[in-house]
Amino acid sequence: MSAVAAATTERTRRVRTRTGLTATIVAVIASVLAYALQGLGVEGQTPAGLVTYGIVFAVLALGGWYAVRRLARDADPVLYPTAVLLGGLGLAMLYRLMTARNHPEFATEQAVWLAVGLGVLVGTLALVRDVRQLDAYTYTIGLAGLALLLLPIVPGIGTEINGARLWVNLGFVTFQPAEAGRILIVIFLASYLGQRRELLATGVGRFGLPRAKDLGPILLAWGASLLVLFLERDMGASLLLFGVFIVMLWVATGRWAYLVLGLILFAIGAYIGYLAFSHVQVRVDAWIHAMDPNKVADEGYQLSQGWFAFASGGMVGTGLGLGSPTLIPYVGSDFILAAFGEELGMLGVSAVLLLYLVIVGRGLRIAVERHDSFEKLLAVGITTVLGLQVFVIAAGVLRLIPLTGVPLPLVSYGGTSRVASAIAIALLLRTSAGPYFRKRRMRPTTKDDDTQVAV
Amino acid sequence: MDRQIRRLGIAFVALFAVLFAQVAYVQVVAADRIANEPANAPRQIKAEYSVERGQILAANHTTVLALSKPNPDPASPYKYLRYYPNGELWGQLTGYYSRIYGRTGLEQAMNPYLSGTAPEFATQNLTDIILGRPKRGGTVITTLVPRVQATARRALGTHQGAVVAIDPSNGDILAMYSNPGFDPQALSTGSDQQIEKAWQQLVTDPDTPLVSHAFQDLYLPGSTFKTITASAALENNWPPTKTWKNPHHLDLPGTDTFIQNFGDEFCAGGASQVTMEEAFTESCNVPFAEIGMALGADKMSAQAQAYGLCKIAPVVGQPAPCLNDTIPFILPWQTGRFPQASYFDNNEAALARSSIGLDNDLLNPLHIALIASAIANGGTLYDPRLVTEVRDATTGQTITTFDQKEFSHPLTSTSASELRQMMVNVVDHGTATLAQIPGVVVAGKTGTSANTHGPPNAWFTSFAPAGQGQTARIAVGVIVLDGGDLGNEATGGQVAAPIAKQVIESYLQQQG
Repeated sequence: MSAVAAATTERTRRVRTRTGLTATIVAVIASVLAYALQGLGVEGQTPAGLVTYGIVFAVLALGGWYAVRRLARDADPVLYPTAVLLGGLGLAMLYRLMTARNHPEFATEQAVWLAVGLGVLVGTLALVRDVRQLDAYTYTIGLAGLALLLLPIVPGIGTEINGARLWVNLGFVTFQPAEAGRILIVIFLASYLGQRRELLATGVGRFGLPRAKDLGPILLAWGASLLVLFLERDMGASLLLFGVFIVMLWVATGRWAYLVLGLILFAIGAYIGYLAFSHVQVRVDAWIHAMDPNKVADEGYQLSQGWFAFASGGMVGTGLGLGSPTLIPYVGSDFILAAFGEELGMLGVSAVLLLYLVIVGRGLRIAVERHDSFEKLLAVGITTVLGLQVFVIAAGVLRLIPLTGVPLPLVSYGGTSRVASAIAIALLLRTSAGPYFRKRRMRPTTKDDDTQVAV
Repeated sequence: MDRQIRRLGIAFVALFAVLFAQVAYVQVVAADRIANEPANAPRQIKAEYSVERGQILAANHTTVLALSKPNPDPASPYKYLRYYPNGELWGQLTGYYSRIYGRTGLEQAMNPYLSGTAPEFATQNLTDIILGRPKRGGTVITTLVPRVQATARRALGTHQGAVVAIDPSNGDILAMYSNPGFDPQALSTGSDQQIEKAWQQLVTDPDTPLVSHAFQDLYLPGSTFKTITASAALENNWPPTKTWKNPHHLDLPGTDTFIQNFGDEFCAGGASQVTMEEAFTESCNVPFAEIGMALGADKMSAQAQAYGLCKIAPVVGQPAPCLNDTIPFILPWQTGRFPQASYFDNNEAALARSSIGLDNDLLNPLHIALIASAIANGGTLYDPRLVTEVRDATTGQTITTFDQKEFSHPLTSTSASELRQMMVNVVDHGTATLAQIPGVVVAGKTGTSANTHGPPNAWFTSFAPAGQGQTARIAVGVIVLDGGDLGNEATGGQVAAPIAKQVIESYLQQQG
């Protein structure tokens, strides 16, 4: 490496450091401000312990940033602050919602989970020094992922809540393994497809159709998705699983046929699901008829209340703590976007969605920048899962598609979801940073060098 | 793979674009329509209560009929509370503003202005949003004169009944009070339980305080209706001096019933002939029944319609609905009623009774005061006006005005002048001498209409000053229900006329 090139790298690094630190500070300020505002809105005064909250939040967020910088020096500088901002805004909104429901301790619980998530993020970065080391455990990880996905089915520990069997109760802890399972599946797919993409990409016949024996995996994934739908009655998880598989397959092979085939299979699966399950029919019915006068207070209640929240918020919203989002059932989890819509308006919702779009953009950019196909596919997979999940819940809440209950990543109520999102962000950071080697840090030879380059 | 990844990026941008489009649709394009759905009531009420609702003021711009003040309880979802400083004095006019039972009266009629949602507020609201100022409703300015209203309440005293005072030159309502009234405060502030309890009391009260006798009820007008019959005669060029047969009883054609004078007295001492003028002064029924029959159904119905009474097709045992729209008013009200001409076909007896304010004739104090106003101002019937303008609460600028409007010309100025003189006679030496005011020429007409059960209702309609060439400044309609404190002995002249007198006096004194 020539001195000039080294200096350039160093300068890029410094710019990145500065960008990352500034963005993190902005995210901290915005998050703490949102927390203060919700208190003013809900109770007419700044929340008690605002200073403590601000200090703890700032120390954790900046500490996290420092740890990321140490462990993944060349990591994407935007991802971490964006995640912090989403987490901070979500937490402020949860405090607002839970205070109105006289259970602020639920929000504090989520604050703890957010901190745990940060720990997991740093821990993942510390543990996974090089993402490619995951490429070595293709099937172990795949099986582990499948096991996690299907864990709720196991009698005795699987628990059914609200008609969906998503929970695992181990006696001392209850959690939703689906999201963590999805990440493992993505790692498996990145590994599996990375190894076989050449093979899968060759087609036969005039339309370059995949060979019959290559259809195995896609049918298997389709079956697994249907299995999740049938056994756990979790439309959201099933949709995400199949969606990410098809996208990764298409990206890996570049063959449109897989995409078309996937869409056809999706349509068939959705139709079977609609016929087989009354709760799917109820969801579809509620989606179409949410605003009908005779359903608006019953089947359509949650969706219509969500719409009312958005509509009442209008362009700029009522202001944090000044709307009535607590009229919406499950506003803290599935419907938290409607709470943003009511109190921060179209501008606030657009800002939140844009933050996700930033994450998606950075994730795909990381995929383009990496040269290893496993790394590329991993970044694509994680980004797709995240982006699709945001789309599915946002479009569900906005009544673009039938509602499937998945949390809004990083924002919604839910400990498992936060930990899973933290792992996802950590993997993207690690992928973008490249492997971590414990070596002497390169320094520019002299300060003058720097100046010369800069001029 | 990079090609696919870039395409995937485009696909995500497209997916999110769909989300942004839907957000814009729900939150901006269709926002008003969605937010105004009835099922969104909790948010609508909360939004309404977070606006500082405009005040309702009397004509003097200082007396406050209704105002909003910040809620002392910061934890309440309702940021402002509605207050009515004068309690029940204006209750039936302002109406109530209740988060449970909705709005009535001016609170309902003027709601777009009071809440600042009327289109006229668009610019102001936008400025408020940009400057971060709280949204405020407009100030509604009424035509009401507090002193006259207070006098009306005091003059009625414990009597059930109503008083309406109107400025004859433009139809402005100076006072409109009905006893018993209600205090809107009880329905507007307090806990849900308190409001529900107050509501239960009001709706179960047999005296129906939520309904104003002044303009929301209808009663047989009795002899006050003779102002209409006399108008029809004068318009038919039958002068006040035209003589009519004056039997003790008038047998009604086609029936075995007859019409007698009030108290079965002889009119004009039992003279065989009597002028319309004399019959009017003494309020004799027999000659006016003759006049009505002589005019015929078409002319009687036409005259009643010209005065704004709506047409009805009476059915025995049921209240008949109006067949046509007549005089508009800002508050929901009952206009007077008179049968359409065809009802009197082969039913002369009904025409005779209708000519003296019986049968299916119906009026209320507001309508009788409008009729008096038309006579007083030389023949123009104005729409009653309660609100003159709406002003910006902050700057005081006028946002919108409500102009006076003519409804009809029920009689010529000549007829009006002749009828005025006939009404002056009533007060000077007729049935309403108790309405005399020293130094002021008062015109009036009494009425006493029997109730099916209990003592009669006493009426009086009047205006002043009513001298030759004078401009009348106030017209008053009064009803005292169930005879007031005179019971069966009650007459319009005894019970209602003194009330009108006090109201007229209070207004003319104030005017100087």
